[in-house]
Amino acid sequence: MDWLLERDELPQLVFEATSASAHVVNAPRYEAAGIQAVDLTPAALGPFVVPVVNLVENTDAPNVNLITCGGQATIPIVAAVCSVTEVPYAEIVASIASRSAGLGTRANIDEFTRTTARGIETVGGAARGKAVIVLNPAQPPVIMRDTVFCAVDPDVDRDAVASSILSMVSRVQQYVPGYRLKADPQFDDPRPEWRDLARVTVLVEVEGNGDYLPPYAGNLDIMTAAAAKVGDDLATAQRAPVVVTP
Amino acid sequence: MRHSFTVEQVRSTVGALDDAGVPVIEVTHGDGLGGSSFTYGFSATDELELVAAAADEAKRAKIAVLLLPGVGTAEDLRAAKDAGATVARIATHCSEANISIQHFEMARMLGFETIGFLMMAHMLEPDALARQAVVMAEAGAQCVYVTDSAGALVLDQTSDRVGAVDAAVGPEVQVGFHGHNNLALGIANSVFAYRAGARQIDGATAALGAGSGNSPTEVLVAVFDRLGVHTGVELGAILAAAEEVVRPYMLHVPIADRQSVVMGYAGVYSSFLLHARRAAERYGVPAHEVLSEAGRRRLVGGQEDLLIDIALAMSQQKAPSTNGAASEPVPAERERV
Repeated sequence: MDWLLERDELPQLVFEATSASAHVVNAPRYEAAGIQAVDLTPAALGPFVVPVVNLVENTDAPNVNLITCGGQATIPIVAAVCSVTEVPYAEIVASIASRSAGLGTRANIDEFTRTTARGIETVGGAARGKAVIVLNPAQPPVIMRDTVFCAVDPDVDRDAVASSILSMVSRVQQYVPGYRLKADPQFDDPRPEWRDLARVTVLVEVEGNGDYLPPYAGNLDIMTAAAAKVGDDLATAQRAPVVVTP
Repeated sequence: MRHSFTVEQVRSTVGALDDAGVPVIEVTHGDGLGGSSFTYGFSATDELELVAAAADEAKRAKIAVLLLPGVGTAEDLRAAKDAGATVARIATHCSEANISIQHFEMARMLGFETIGFLMMAHMLEPDALARQAVVMAEAGAQCVYVTDSAGALVLDQTSDRVGAVDAAVGPEVQVGFHGHNNLALGIANSVFAYRAGARQIDGATAALGAGSGNSPTEVLVAVFDRLGVHTGVELGAILAAAEEVVRPYMLHVPIADRQSVVMGYAGVYSSFLLHARRAAERYGVPAHEVLSEAGRRRLVGGQEDLLIDIALAMSQQKAPSTNGAASEPVPAERERV
């Protein structure tokens, strides 16, 4: 940090992928130096962002947080459903290969579940969110899988929901090429134990690019890809002509 | 039970088990605190209400709660403590013990008696399992269980694991065994576990549990009595609890049917049974094939969501769909790596 901040020419953006506690210390120093921070840790100091959902509203924020890998993979889907209909409850299950879960993730699994659940609500738009993470040790390692369940009105326009999801998937694919649906969105009729709501289920797979990290680690790749996309968009916003109003 | 326990059922059951001398009674959603969900099934009654009723009813027995890190959170643990639970059973897949460290620390801080659950214990060899047990013991577990979630362990496979764990965790930490009856070995495995050093043995009254049920508590008591092992549970009273209290409200009697045996044989998490049946019915494919595929994919506890994926993929293989969504990754993309 000291080295970075002593440079004659300071960067406009910094990507922090250390730990939450380190970022809490560093964040005020970036801000004081006028450097916008893209936070990949669970520190969650700045607003939560998912590039395709709400970055445009946050390009002025001194610090933005990328939530979690599970959040980046699932919140776009929740948002896509919410853009068509009210979602009183959304739930996601993220399965990742054990080998792709580092000690930081393992020591802070509670933060993962709580942060992702909060992101489903604040960014995704569901009234209530729940997140589950499962580590699978199978060999060869399994590719990241995410299942998204949204409770919806029984009379919802299912075609509109499905097409909103499909179009969201293609937008995410623009910056996460290995992001894909395993099947079309699945609709289930209402059940009493679902408080008479219907359900849409979306089965997602995230395969990494395999550039540096192994392809099964889609969870790591989607964070990197989201960070790169956020960086691009923030840089574009910074370059945009400043409109001075009297 | 399809997560349908009522306050009255919990009160009558806890009352009867407590009278019989059962020392610890677990009251939680089957997938642990916070398990009420689309994935695992919604609880009809809030589990904390059930925990509070159980704690109120029990005179001698301790009330335990289950927590799966990644499903429930430390906050749920705190709420369970407030509701009157005094034993925290923290469960991870057998190879992932280090995701429980923060929860053991939290549980000890809250004053819980702590138990670690190494689920799907058949998937690790004894030495590797013992290393995971040490991770839990060092994090603060006072007892570590060899948890045969799939009912897949067969006799010596149980005692080898229990013995290895017992030797690794040392005399300060107890070893437990949690059996399932998918291969009809819940009781026999429990005896093998006891002989290898286990001192906490789980049972379910009338075998009421996932798959073809757990080791029936009343049978455990009878068998251990005959072996001269003191359990502290009174046989007549636990038989009465099973017959007169639990059986009348059971929605189905767990039996070793084709699906259950397939689960034990293929090493599939017992809780998958009802979810697999539901998904199989929804997509018109055989449930036992869904379960076999779950075993082949080496799914672990918590991945119930992927049973939908399996059933759906099977139905599409039977009748190729024209929906355009890729059901398999494009080979060319794979080759690029």
